[in-house]
Amino acid sequence: MSLNIIVLAKQVPDTRNVGKDAMKEDGTINRAALPAIFNPEDLNALEQALRLKETHPGSKVTMLTMGLPRAAEVVREAIYRGADAGIVLTDRALGGADTLATSYSLAQAVKKFGNYDIILGGRQAIDGDTAQVGPQIAEKLGIPQVTYAEEIVDLKDGKVTVRRRLEHGVETVVAPLPCVVTVNGSAAECRPRNAKRVMKYKYAASTSEVKNLSEVAAARVAAYPELNIPEWSAAYVDADPEQIGLAGSPTKVKAIENVVFTAKESRCLENNDQQIEELIKELIVNHTIG
Amino acid sequence: MADNNNLIVYCEYDEGHVADVSLELLTKGRVLADRLGVTLEALVIGDKLDGIENQIFPYGADVVYKVEDPRLFPYTSNPHSAIVINLFRQIKPQICLMGATCIGRDLGPRVSSCLHSGLTADCTALEIGDHKDPKSGKEYTDLLYQIRPAFGGNIVATIVNPDCRPQMATVREGVMKKEIYNPEHKGEVINLKASDYVSDTDFVVEIIDRHIERSKVNIKNASIIVAGGYGVGSKENFQLLYDLADTLGAEVGASRAAVDAGYIEHERQIGQTGVTVRPKLYIACGISGQIQHIAGMQESSIIISINNDENAPINTIADYVITGDMEEIVPKLIKYYKKNSK
Repeated sequence: MSLNIIVLAKQVPDTRNVGKDAMKEDGTINRAALPAIFNPEDLNALEQALRLKETHPGSKVTMLTMGLPRAAEVVREAIYRGADAGIVLTDRALGGADTLATSYSLAQAVKKFGNYDIILGGRQAIDGDTAQVGPQIAEKLGIPQVTYAEEIVDLKDGKVTVRRRLEHGVETVVAPLPCVVTVNGSAAECRPRNAKRVMKYKYAASTSEVKNLSEVAAARVAAYPELNIPEWSAAYVDADPEQIGLAGSPTKVKAIENVVFTAKESRCLENNDQQIEELIKELIVNHTIG
Repeated sequence: MADNNNLIVYCEYDEGHVADVSLELLTKGRVLADRLGVTLEALVIGDKLDGIENQIFPYGADVVYKVEDPRLFPYTSNPHSAIVINLFRQIKPQICLMGATCIGRDLGPRVSSCLHSGLTADCTALEIGDHKDPKSGKEYTDLLYQIRPAFGGNIVATIVNPDCRPQMATVREGVMKKEIYNPEHKGEVINLKASDYVSDTDFVVEIIDRHIERSKVNIKNASIIVAGGYGVGSKENFQLLYDLADTLGAEVGASRAAVDAGYIEHERQIGQTGVTVRPKLYIACGISGQIQHIAGMQESSIIISINNDENAPINTIADYVITGDMEEIVPKLIKYYKKNSK
């Protein structure tokens, strides 16, 4: 049985390198000012998809991402690692979306895509750490969800068996297809890029990237359909303008603050035996230790 | 316009015990409900719920809704969300709190999507306050301020849901304090018929195997914690921290950077995306002190920071700062503790 697999991925700001211009005045994220990476757990999800493709010959893995036009970078990365194709859902009208508006938009794109057997995605993205979009897409599509997946153990007869990693243990569940599976960082790491695929797809470009290419490069993309990374707009996926972007987001950012902790008066010790022994004695005397 | 609807806490339980995180949320919920002048309600969905309300009432709940069916335990997504959604359509709570657990983080988004209500994950503080929409100028009173770090903990955002109900938030275990409201407090038990809220077709996902692995790590309740950061440098160097912890009778914790670097397992992570701790002694080794880490340990009684960098941010909240190489200092702490303890 061959499968139509959708992998949801997000290009995320690298939260380890956040500068002052990271936030806009309206409290939303200024993504353009930050280095962008492939959300780590989405790579774990991609690996599970590629394994399904191996065990189910003839399957097709399609990467779906929503973001700025530069999110085509994660689509190319996924294709280098083994995905068959990708779509960038991008539109100014989608900007400023909270998780609910995001999942609505992505669910519309999935409906537009049509025939699918399973949707895989990372458990959560490192910029928000909410883990909400996966289950919300499942609800919008009216299909079951399996969260915290560590491994897809089996897929046959219209059912998928998934091992889940929970706080206090492990659970194995069987869910009917189609369904949404969100994958944990504890799952198998994603395979690296395949050199042949890099050669084959390095000129793959999205609609807006083609505009900035040289004539020769643009002609090459035009000549080979597999090098086209389609960009879908909100209108193309029949999204209701009231339900997308900032307008479609029930949560509003009221305030953003830089965090300031109350400083204490610290005692500074040097790395010498006498001072360290005194500290230990003091902690023993006041019953902090011992 | 004031909202007189109630505040409800979705309570998790296992092996006959209501989860700590749920009791913590009831404690917070009681304070918020009093501030709003509304009733605090609790919802428990599962099997064998006899007398479960007696664990809940002391934390201040006025009403406990119980939905019982053998198929409702262990938790699965669709049936529990169907019950929560259908009940909320009926009782229309203004606020719903859930634990930011594997269950709450699976259930919350599904419910919020269906009800089109805003949900904020992993809040670190919840308050009641007013809001004026900057664009429309419309004013709102007594909204739930859902306060959470964002962006890897670099900033703290206050989120509000002005127009949609319920205002939903999840909170991690240990972030709020659990406190008995009144041991004699009693309320009303409302038993709901499961079949009125969930249909057979909702039971689509089958659990075929379940292993409970009680975590051997208990950093949440440890009175002394030795924690390591990225500055520890390697998995091997973490052994030094285990040695110190063994000597002091402490638990070993870590920052997110150390966990991400693969030095130590995730269950030992302290901070916004890990566990919140309040030990009497916290020894931070090679931890620079990202906000997301400090948020999870700043209430420790005594903090010792050991760091090469005398300007490490964590030093500002430390009681003792030892500047130097952790590989040299930790063995000295062990040596002098052994020498001076009886």
